[in-house]
Amino acid sequence: MKHKSKLAARRTRTAWFFLLPSLLVLLLVAAYPLWRTFQLSFYQVSILEFPLKPSWVGLDNYRYLLADPYWWVSLKNTGVFTVISVALETVLGLGIAMVVNARFVGRGMMRTAMLVPWAIPTVVSAQMWRWMYNDVYGVVNDLLMRAHLIAHPLAWLSDPHLALPAIIAVDVWKTTPFMALLLLAGLQSIPHELYEASTVDGASGWQQFWKITLPLLKPALLVALIFRTLDALRVFDVIYVMTGTNPTTMSMSVYARQQLVDFGALGYGSAVSMGIFLIIALFATAYLVSLRVELD
Amino acid sequence: MRALKFLAVLSLAVAFGSAAMAEGVTLKISCGAVGQELELCTEGAQAWAKETGNKVEVVSTPNSTTDRLALYQQQLAAGSSDIDVYQIDVIWPGILSDFFIDLNDYVKPDLVKQFFPRIIAANTVDGRLVALPWFTDAGLLYYRTDLLKKYGYSKPPTTWSEMEQMAAKIQAGERQAGNGSFWGFVFQGKAYEGLTCDALEWVFSHNGGTIVDKDGKITINNPNAVKAIQQAAGWVGKIAPPGVTSYQEEEARGVWQAGNAAFMRNWPYAYSLGNGKDSPIKGKFDVTVLPKGGADGQHAATLGGWQLAVSRFSKHPKEAVSLIVYLTGYDEQKRRAIKGSFLPTRPALYKDPDVLAANPFMGKLYDVFVNAVPRPSAQTKQKYNQVSSAFWTAVHNVLVGQTDAATSLRMLEMQLKRIKGRGW
Repeated sequence: MKHKSKLAARRTRTAWFFLLPSLLVLLLVAAYPLWRTFQLSFYQVSILEFPLKPSWVGLDNYRYLLADPYWWVSLKNTGVFTVISVALETVLGLGIAMVVNARFVGRGMMRTAMLVPWAIPTVVSAQMWRWMYNDVYGVVNDLLMRAHLIAHPLAWLSDPHLALPAIIAVDVWKTTPFMALLLLAGLQSIPHELYEASTVDGASGWQQFWKITLPLLKPALLVALIFRTLDALRVFDVIYVMTGTNPTTMSMSVYARQQLVDFGALGYGSAVSMGIFLIIALFATAYLVSLRVELD
Repeated sequence: MRALKFLAVLSLAVAFGSAAMAEGVTLKISCGAVGQELELCTEGAQAWAKETGNKVEVVSTPNSTTDRLALYQQQLAAGSSDIDVYQIDVIWPGILSDFFIDLNDYVKPDLVKQFFPRIIAANTVDGRLVALPWFTDAGLLYYRTDLLKKYGYSKPPTTWSEMEQMAAKIQAGERQAGNGSFWGFVFQGKAYEGLTCDALEWVFSHNGGTIVDKDGKITINNPNAVKAIQQAAGWVGKIAPPGVTSYQEEEARGVWQAGNAAFMRNWPYAYSLGNGKDSPIKGKFDVTVLPKGGADGQHAATLGGWQLAVSRFSKHPKEAVSLIVYLTGYDEQKRRAIKGSFLPTRPALYKDPDVLAANPFMGKLYDVFVNAVPRPSAQTKQKYNQVSSAFWTAVHNVLVGQTDAATSLRMLEMQLKRIKGRGW
């Protein structure tokens, strides 16, 4: 018994020893910047001052943050963006994954081709879509007019009711392949015998989906959801390229960049960054807990 | 022996020193690169270099004002001495003043008096003259002389309401005549700095002030400003295209120069382009001062333009000042006015026969430039960017019909108070 615990202790020590380098790296690249950001968030300091004159303001930055309507607007936009885009990407991604999981001629080609939107850098594809959405010469309006779906050209990115949906559509176009890829991996781990056996028992395709595919896909689905949600919560490039800092579509990250870069407010910008960090940390923890429950 | 060595070193040092003197210094100047800007800047800088025996390298910068400011902020905040002379927007002295030297220490008051006092005022922060004006800009009303005549108007509108009526009548008539894409009026309605310029003109012409007054008091929430913004919102979709809320200068000029608008608000640069060889409206338009806000209102044009400032990190401030004095001098500005139709910042040039022969409109519009209204950048200093962004957002919300002007300006006032905090 004693011998065993000694062994265990040694193994623990060895484990720590092996973990040390990565812990150090994490400390350096994640913990230290986070700590500095945390510190700065209690100061008022502008990069436009020479020399820098940081002054301690206590919780003032956080009070300002909680009272700023544009922070809440950006939070709401981020929430809407995350919920709708992740939901659509999951449903569409699952559908595509099931299609390319089936055997058909040209499946390899299909699997490669579906990754094209994901492979284009977001800045490039967002700029591309911005031109396509243009109200005067954009191809989107042209196609819809020809199909007689709309009577007048729509100002997709300047109409406050259309801008966010238009951006979500671009994100769905871009990220669905990624979702499909993750889910395809999950689908391939489901033993084929289960489907054969249930077919023999007379189960319909619908029943197979609900009773076999979905329950066995759950771990993969959950991992994919975590990835996408955390990614969507810090969305920046697609929104910044398409509509800049317009409040109707501004996300939390766009708001933080505006404060830090455009306005040079290091202290307040740090407080905003801490706010974003807390929100994402909350989601990450919630997901991790549910994942542990699921896997246990 | 030792003495000999010392002598040798000394003479070498002297030789190198004098060689360096003869070589002169190398300066770097950042210039805009819109249209002919870069070419004219390079020519001017090289002429100075030749005259003084120094060297100049021209660095080109992004075309977008916002991107350029972000770049400058990063360079200057890092204390970089790479660039000696910065070409800065008229609204930036308040934002970047800490990073530029006080030119009062270098140039004589007599020289400063040769520029428009209003532009010098816009470049003075807390008594420090941080830049010399290079060329100026002011918002103008472009109108189609042929169409005004056709519909029985003898002169351009003097109030916004008059403009509205004329625009509506001409628009209806031209559409009936078969031009379905004709509009009465185009302007800059996108949510960006340009909308701040346009909206300031609407508000100021209605006696609604300048958002923040000279003493730093927030004045934007007043009945005249509400009236001005509400009136402008009424244009969208009626006499102005619905897409105008995403127009910058060039989008507006696109509609106008194609002959599809009766009126346009824009900067003077569109004048020479509209009179270009291939322009469909060549000789069919003129420019005048923007309308007043009602009979007891006043004419207003927002002050634009670019200045030259010397970085406090420059290793050769004396030479850098010499360069900007040369570039903003009478002869160089005359050359730029004739060749590139850049508006001079010296009143005397508006009486120069050569300049007037090349650009007749410069003489006629002298009063407009003298009375141009500065945006509140001097009083809001480093927070100007935040103030302007809050203002154009509030106005844009009204233009796209998300809210009414009274509500929007009330919220804007609260927002500005929060931005101001304990002081600008």
